[in-house]
Amino acid sequence: MAASSAALSLPKVFRPVLGLGRSGNPAKVWAAAASCRREKSTFVGRIIPPPAKYGGRHTVTLIPGDGIGPELLNHVRELFRFSCVPVDFEVVNVNSSVATEDDIHNAITAIRRNGVALKGNIETNHNMPPSHKSRNNLLRTSLDLFANMMHCQSLPGVQTRHKNIDIIIIRENTEGEYSSLEHESVSGVVESLKIITRYNSLRIADYAFRLAREKGRRRVTAVHKANIMKLADGLFLQCCKEVASGYPDIQFDSMIVDNTTMQLVSKPHQFDVMVMPNLYGNVVSNVCAGLVGGPGLVPGANYGTNYAVFETATRNTGKSIADKNIANPTAMLLASCLMLDHLRLHDYANMIRGAVLTTMNETRLHTADIGGQGTTSEVVQSVMKNIQSGGPLTTEQI
Amino acid sequence: MFCSAVQGEFGRLKRAERFVLRSSALLQTQKARTCLSEVNLSNKIPNVFRSCLLSCFFLCFSPSLLTSYRYVTVVGKHPRYKIAVFLHICGFGDRVSGPPRFQPLGARALSLTAAQSSAEAPPARADSTFKVTMVPGDGVGPELMTAVKEVFKAGDVPVEFEEFHLSEVQNMASEDKLDQVLTSMKGNRVAIKGKIHTPMEYKGELASYEMRLRRKLDLFANVVHVNSLPGYNTRHNNLDLVIIREQTEGEYSSLEHESVKGVIECLKIITREKSRRIAKFAFDYATKKGRKKVTAVHKANIMKLGDGLFLQSCAEIAELYPKIKYENIIIDNCCMQLVQNPYQFDVLVMPNLYGNIIDNLAAGLVGGAGVVPGESYSAEYAVFETGARHPFAQAVGRNIANPTAMLLSAANMLRHLNLEYHSNMVSEAVKKVIKQGKVRTRDLGGYSTTSDFVRAVVANLRYRPV
Repeated sequence: MAASSAALSLPKVFRPVLGLGRSGNPAKVWAAAASCRREKSTFVGRIIPPPAKYGGRHTVTLIPGDGIGPELLNHVRELFRFSCVPVDFEVVNVNSSVATEDDIHNAITAIRRNGVALKGNIETNHNMPPSHKSRNNLLRTSLDLFANMMHCQSLPGVQTRHKNIDIIIIRENTEGEYSSLEHESVSGVVESLKIITRYNSLRIADYAFRLAREKGRRRVTAVHKANIMKLADGLFLQCCKEVASGYPDIQFDSMIVDNTTMQLVSKPHQFDVMVMPNLYGNVVSNVCAGLVGGPGLVPGANYGTNYAVFETATRNTGKSIADKNIANPTAMLLASCLMLDHLRLHDYANMIRGAVLTTMNETRLHTADIGGQGTTSEVVQSVMKNIQSGGPLTTEQI
Repeated sequence: MFCSAVQGEFGRLKRAERFVLRSSALLQTQKARTCLSEVNLSNKIPNVFRSCLLSCFFLCFSPSLLTSYRYVTVVGKHPRYKIAVFLHICGFGDRVSGPPRFQPLGARALSLTAAQSSAEAPPARADSTFKVTMVPGDGVGPELMTAVKEVFKAGDVPVEFEEFHLSEVQNMASEDKLDQVLTSMKGNRVAIKGKIHTPMEYKGELASYEMRLRRKLDLFANVVHVNSLPGYNTRHNNLDLVIIREQTEGEYSSLEHESVKGVIECLKIITREKSRRIAKFAFDYATKKGRKKVTAVHKANIMKLGDGLFLQSCAEIAELYPKIKYENIIIDNCCMQLVQNPYQFDVLVMPNLYGNIIDNLAAGLVGGAGVVPGESYSAEYAVFETGARHPFAQAVGRNIANPTAMLLSAANMLRHLNLEYHSNMVSEAVKKVIKQGKVRTRDLGGYSTTSDFVRAVVANLRYRPV
């Protein structure tokens, strides 16, 4: 819900910006910002209808994706049915092997209708012609899901090198290196454009600080490479600083991305909330997921002003372990809890989350990726048993 | 609580055993006297045993019953075993041979995978009871509600009703009462409701209680699923269409005034926001139920601005649903087409008054007000009622009302509450009774009474087609 109001307050942020003196050469930065303002594929002028919620039941778009996505999402559906969660799913399949973009556009319209989606990752084939864009990226940019949020938290039941890690990573999700703007200007020379805009940087920074305040965090670290990309990452850093001035209660510092990765694997406890552009976010979030036990444990959320899409934090398809009943369902189950929180079904979210964490930490029923013997369905059943033992959720408690 | 748990167990037991359980459970809850009058001794129990049972009733108030009833599942058909059970209940349980097999108390089936995991299935997650607000309303409403309650009781449906009698004609309506209903709805979110009759004469209040309740809960969407009942022949068979009606604005705005003497203005209000909302509801409903076409019904050739806005909003929303065909039709033509060739329609969406008329028209196509279920939705609440809302006051106390609509509506309610199994059980039983055609109420051309019909439904509850 923080996401939905994040963009609304932007004008407030803009105002102090103009008066502030800036480091570096302001003229150039301004020029860069102005020229890089990209034409958004968001539905300007089109209506944004209210989400599909009737009689207390929500409809959520479900995109199974590839690899382990379908089986994990089936488990989620099963668990929701079992726990009497008032959520209905509209399943939209996206075939990643077809060249046309019809499927993904269908999925995007479906999310526009329902407002919320739960998604497995869709495979992107590298061998397709360059016009073939990543479906995942297309979905994120056209819905303007600017903020990717993941919360890396160590689970006591999972053996890892570092204990008690608790880092929130916020990643700009729609621009930067993922602009899909590449061309061969001269034969043998390819330019890939990295786009940083003031608008998006301010908005992601504001989201980060807002979230930090909401969750009672003390420090926000901006990750950048402004020593090399002085203008682009410089603008990002500048925007973060400007927003930080509006949050005096939260400490702000910045760190260069290479150093960040080193610090993360050696002393991860120094980090609290981290905010960064797109590609760094990709790298850092994978490092962090690895720190707490791997891709199967950490949920991720993508928030835009109007829409929210939930998936696993590291967005891998897991083709190699698909249909073997060995994938770790924790990440997807926790992502579904984030979704329930977003839908304000907090009781259900807490119930399922509690059961998942109990299975991980007390029952210690683990899948092979974190050194256990359990299968996916065994873990899910254990979660169900936990929910049962917690007693029935009667209508009074809701 | 205990009672409902026991009832959940009933489904698995033979009738005689069920009888033992029910009596013991009721005794437990200190309802011995009422229970004994209700007890309908099964013929399958031998006479000796029967008298034994009756005498035992007075002995077995002990808390040991709480645990001992579980052992009943061990028992076979042989009378000796039945007596053994009874001995157990009476405190001589040691004589029961064989290891006790503990069965889950829950009434709901576990998921397949979960059931595979363990031989001893743990108690089902939703053995809880769901609370539902019940507003019987006027006319035959209370009789229909009794039918619903009877069927739910027989089907061990884990639903508990909170009853509120709200009626304008019987002077039982007040702001206080309305508030009580609203408070109850806030907690339960789901209600089952009869028609609250609205007298026609003007007594200083333009909005009826029915309308006020609707507005307070913001029940903007009314859904009537007109579905032919197999086995009952009408002029058009195999009808399957859904009528979605906006029911908070339009002609029902309760805004009327006499601007000049002898000239009354009644305001019909159409807003963009509410038109879009109902249009989106219609398309979402179509998506969810796998429907192919949505038709907007309007009179924009006359009311160019009002209905024009409605039509425009529908067209805007339709863009979001590229897979669903969108059409529009003028209300007068729609009425003609409905009686001539109703098969061309799939989902119909319309403003308030047109909806009212079309609801009744379409209900008439498949057998009248007694057979078509309806439901109203807001973002938060769902109210289940009959499709064509009539109190049917002339039938009160005559035991001739057709409970089909209310029972099907109750089945829809169970589905809304995630009680898929019970929902199917109830709706299949009702449909089976209609299909067999032996028990039919007067409106369907039969001679049976309401209670006959309910009994037939109850008898069909457990025998599901294989």
